[in-house]
Amino acid sequence: MEDCLAKKMEITVSEAEKRTGRNAMNIQETYTAYLIETRAVESQTEGQCAPVESLWRRYSEFELLRNYLSVTYPHIVVPPLPEKRADFVWHKLSADNMDPDFVERRRIGLENFLLRVASHPVLCQDKIFYAFLMQEGGWKEMVNETGFQLKADSRLKALNATFRVKNPDKRFTELKHYSDELQSVISHLLRVRARVADRLYGVYKVHGNYGRVFSEWSAIEKEMGDGLQSAGHHMDVYAASIDDILEEEEHYADQLKEYLFYAEALRAVCRKHELMQYDLEMAAQDLTSKKQQCEELATGTVRTFSLKGMTSKLFGQETPEQREAKIKVLEEQIREGEEQLKSKNLEGRDFVKSAWADIERFKEQKNHDLKEALISYAVMQISMCKKGIQVWTNAKECFSKM
Amino acid sequence: MEAEGRVQGPPLPAGGEGPGVDWHLAAGALGTARGPLLAAAEVLALDDEEDDLEVFSKDASLAEVNSFSPSVPISPSSMINQYKFEDGPELRDLFITVDDPESHITAIETFITYRVVTKTTRGEFDSSEYEVRRRYQDFLWLKSRLEEAHPTLIIPPLPEKFIMKGMVERFSDEFIETRRKALHKFLNRIADHPTLTFNEDFKIFLTAQAWELSSHKKQGPGLLSRMGQTVRAVASSVRGGVRNRPEMFTEMNNYMETFSQKINLLDKIAHRIYKEERDYFNEMKEYGPIHTLWSASEEDVADSLKGIASCIEHCCRATEKRMAGLSEHLLPILHEYVLYSEILMGVLKRRDQIQGELDSKVDALANKKTEKDLFSEEIGKLEDKVERANNALKADWDRWKQNMQWDMRSTFTNVAENNLHYYEE
Repeated sequence: MEDCLAKKMEITVSEAEKRTGRNAMNIQETYTAYLIETRAVESQTEGQCAPVESLWRRYSEFELLRNYLSVTYPHIVVPPLPEKRADFVWHKLSADNMDPDFVERRRIGLENFLLRVASHPVLCQDKIFYAFLMQEGGWKEMVNETGFQLKADSRLKALNATFRVKNPDKRFTELKHYSDELQSVISHLLRVRARVADRLYGVYKVHGNYGRVFSEWSAIEKEMGDGLQSAGHHMDVYAASIDDILEEEEHYADQLKEYLFYAEALRAVCRKHELMQYDLEMAAQDLTSKKQQCEELATGTVRTFSLKGMTSKLFGQETPEQREAKIKVLEEQIREGEEQLKSKNLEGRDFVKSAWADIERFKEQKNHDLKEALISYAVMQISMCKKGIQVWTNAKECFSKM
Repeated sequence: MEAEGRVQGPPLPAGGEGPGVDWHLAAGALGTARGPLLAAAEVLALDDEEDDLEVFSKDASLAEVNSFSPSVPISPSSMINQYKFEDGPELRDLFITVDDPESHITAIETFITYRVVTKTTRGEFDSSEYEVRRRYQDFLWLKSRLEEAHPTLIIPPLPEKFIMKGMVERFSDEFIETRRKALHKFLNRIADHPTLTFNEDFKIFLTAQAWELSSHKKQGPGLLSRMGQTVRAVASSVRGGVRNRPEMFTEMNNYMETFSQKINLLDKIAHRIYKEERDYFNEMKEYGPIHTLWSASEEDVADSLKGIASCIEHCCRATEKRMAGLSEHLLPILHEYVLYSEILMGVLKRRDQIQGELDSKVDALANKKTEKDLFSEEIGKLEDKVERANNALKADWDRWKQNMQWDMRSTFTNVAENNLHYYEE
């Protein structure tokens, strides 16, 4: 982590702005642009701060960056972007992309994304990433020039296609299961949390009605009047307190969401391994069958049933010259195949090694982050209860004075 | 004066409208233990002043029938004292419980009876302990008898016959239990009431065996004649309007209208809160297990997750307790007061009727002084009663509020404590 960009540079996504412009199809559209500010950390002498550089980016550019990174570094668990559309909303939150609260939370998410990439030992060194932060114009062209789209294995996108892999690395299989489970459990949790938040909101808000009725009632009471009035005030406070509480909880939900999306990134790495292994096995199989063919031709025995054998029986044997030629071709192919297999094997082993290293790093990060998130959630709950205690203690006092 | 503190203020049931059966019986039944009370009653009838504290204050209110203002502290405060005396358990001499519901199936119908146990040290009761079984109809009978005898006193509310809104089956356990509690409260409120507690029908209700009760029910002033009188009274009040209504009662009427409105709203709010809490509870039930499920996939974070899961369970339980607290304490009381507000409106109306009668009689028979006095007496008694009821209501309210808050507070403290434990992990 010593050479991380994050240590050398302060990165913030400080603002969000609504813009209108023409998109690729020349249609007018509204979108939000985010201001990325960077400032070198090292050179701070005698209170002189390094100048702040800034540029604007929109969400689709972030997406492009991430796609580039995932294709270019398939063995890395690439940090996820905040959600494109608002999911898991409870009724008061709007699902509108333009809603200021949503935009704000997205801004924070994008900043988080940049920081995660910048603190990743491998990713932070990428030139395109650096350019993303520093170079406003011409960045898109730069990315496309790398031709990364060609490298992208379209099979990775086909999430549901299964490949029969005979000898996958067990660790990856387990990891894939884990990422599936993680995904399902977190999304379930977020759904229920949204419902719980909804209900809690209801409970608090109805108490607000107490406030109104109490104050109306206090108008006709003499001895009870003051007590009722002040108790009603506390009910109003109680009802209003839920807004802040739930807003804080949204941040917790966002933290969990990050790991929901991380699970997908994890699965992508596992997938890549699967595909590599599959290709390897296919190549090996191909090689074996070619070798076998060669052998058959050379020795003249037909070990297995083959069309060639049948036709030669029917139409007569080939000439020795023809056979020689074929054998030569096959031998060439076999040599090539063996080379390929070797390199594929090497590739595979390298992949597994580096992927696994990153996965370990990711695991540690995940455990640490999740623990922190859970603790902060508990702290939130405690503070909510403390507030509740305070309000009801006050209310109790008012009531006892009635 | 302590011993006489037991003597209730408005001494005896106003037998004004009826044939005075109750009056007689009550007076006779009091016997020697109530000597001073009898004297006080006589004193009152003679409209005389006496050293007796209660009578004195009573007299004061009588004199100020038309200019009585609720904010004058003298009489009400002494009334409060009286009420408090009766409230103290040390001085209570009549203890009633309603329990053990049982269903009876006959060819015609099925119904529930409740066991009513009475323990008393009062002289007029032949024995010190009674146990009888009563059904809801019997309670209805008792209430209507009390209303006949004391049209301007506030008779406590009875639980309703059916609860349509909640769609509760007539014989569901929940319904029976709610009703039992309400019936228990009903009888105890009567017992605490300084006047009603000596009502003869009440005594019979508590002590008579089933067959005795049925035969007694059949006696007694016909309901029809009563109804006829009521109809006439309504007619006359509608016709003439209520003139000379003392300002106090107009104020009371206005108060009751607003109060009734507010209490109905509160009742609705409380029900709504209960419902929301129940929904919240249902969602929470699902929330906890998810964390446990998750902890199965994790190693490092597993313990924290399990911790959270168990805390959520605690929260669930705490929420359950809170809901139970609501439904046991807050909801029934709000409901009771909703009924009370209806009753009070009724009482005020009846008072107006009486006043209407008085006025019309005054118009028609301007010189019959004795009758006029009789009515004034009633009105005076009503005033006292209403004032007392008001204060009783407030005292009750305070008590209830304290209870409710204590429950809420304990719930929240519980929730907080559990979260605290988790945090330490």
